[in-house]
Amino acid sequence: MSYGSTAGACRALLARDLRLVWRRRGDALNPALFAIMVVALFPFALGPEPQVLQRIAAGTVLVALLLAGLLSLDALFRSDLEDGSLEQLVLSPHPLALLLACKIAVHWLTTALPLLVCAPLLGELLNLPPALRPVLLASLGLSTPLLSLIGAVCVALTVGMRRSGMLLALLVLPLYVPVLIFAAGACNAAQNGLAFTAPLLWLGAGLALSLVLAPLACAAALKISLT
Amino acid sequence: MNPLVLWFHKLGSPPTFYRLAGRLLPWCYGLALVLGAVALYGGLVLAPSDYQQGDAFRIIFIHVPCAWMSLFVYAFMAVNGFIALVWRIKLSETLAMAAAPVGAAFTFVCLVTGSLWGKPMWGTWWTWDARLTSELVLLFLYLGVIGLHQAIEDRRQAARAAAFLALVGIVNLPIVHFSVTWWNTLHQGSTVRLFGPSLIDARMLWPLLTMALATKFWFAGSLLSRARVDLLELEGGKDWVRQVALAADAAPAPPPEASA
Repeated sequence: MSYGSTAGACRALLARDLRLVWRRRGDALNPALFAIMVVALFPFALGPEPQVLQRIAAGTVLVALLLAGLLSLDALFRSDLEDGSLEQLVLSPHPLALLLACKIAVHWLTTALPLLVCAPLLGELLNLPPALRPVLLASLGLSTPLLSLIGAVCVALTVGMRRSGMLLALLVLPLYVPVLIFAAGACNAAQNGLAFTAPLLWLGAGLALSLVLAPLACAAALKISLT
Repeated sequence: MNPLVLWFHKLGSPPTFYRLAGRLLPWCYGLALVLGAVALYGGLVLAPSDYQQGDAFRIIFIHVPCAWMSLFVYAFMAVNGFIALVWRIKLSETLAMAAAPVGAAFTFVCLVTGSLWGKPMWGTWWTWDARLTSELVLLFLYLGVIGLHQAIEDRRQAARAAAFLALVGIVNLPIVHFSVTWWNTLHQGSTVRLFGPSLIDARMLWPLLTMALATKFWFAGSLLSRARVDLLELEGGKDWVRQVALAADAAPAPPPEASA
């Protein structure tokens, strides 16, 4: 019996997940709306002085996107677990890590990419200095896939649990701290006129490492929680 | 079979471990208390004051051993978690999960004593320096492992999932250890060297090392007593647990079942 090629399976999975998101495209915009609202809270809490907002703009956008990504993580395997297709993925003859990498890629494309697109708008809301915008976008571009990959490992551990939301935050946030430190480090260095390539290179190194390791870890974690 | 290997295999069986741990337990706690008392006397009374910090430096005898233990216990937990995941040894799952609250307690004590020390020396309770932040992240990792272990219904699956999380979090250990050399921070560098001469006076060094030994024994005692209770709970339906329970009921007279 032939199972088809692995590339074909990945293509089919990508197409299926993207179609599922497209059928419920209203839901897909929720993380972006959430990020905009979180960012809008800061001027209310700290006062609307442009100098204050300029100082905190990059960090606030980073944290808002991180939280929006965290909230959407919960849904990564939820519907697949409910309709049983997650178990079919685990049973399939194709490498599970590769299939999960496809799922994580779809998650990044559908939740982080809209956020990246609206990041300049969020920056404008907070008077982000224009010179800082490319640095912020670069650090977001490198850190959001990293966050999706790290988060997927933790989601795989909590899959199948009811009320896993708070626990997921407890598991994921400590692992997000280093990513946030390097992303914010690049923005702060650029704001102070210093060289900002080193933290970006660190982020890139972390991304390269977890692109390889995180899907494998995610597959191992999923096998633990589905036994 | 090689007698050493045979002994090792027997040790992995819960009843054997339960009995052995019960016998070792008083020794661990006893040695921990004696060594701790000696180290406190040496540190608080015999050791000279620091030329710069006066008597305030003496909190080092609690702070530094706890900091070492916070890393040591995490490594212990991760190694046992690895064994549990690869070879599915039940005892390793129990040991890994029993170590987590002890390690969290050491990390917490380390953070609190560091904060108490920081106030007179640096003028602040807390600063977002690399060493402090990474130690705080270590505490959160411990709490995450404990939280995940509590949240899953099936005890063995919970232990495996939490052990896996502990393995993922191990990337933080080198960050904590090398943070004072990688970043230019407020927290001072290490003065005690494993290789080569230490930068600390010998009269201060010996109480520090004695206290480090005392915390090791305290950890061993705490770990063994926790693991004993966890094993009883995990193996609740087994015959050896019934015999232990009967023996506890019939004490001090020896139970008739023990001879059967």
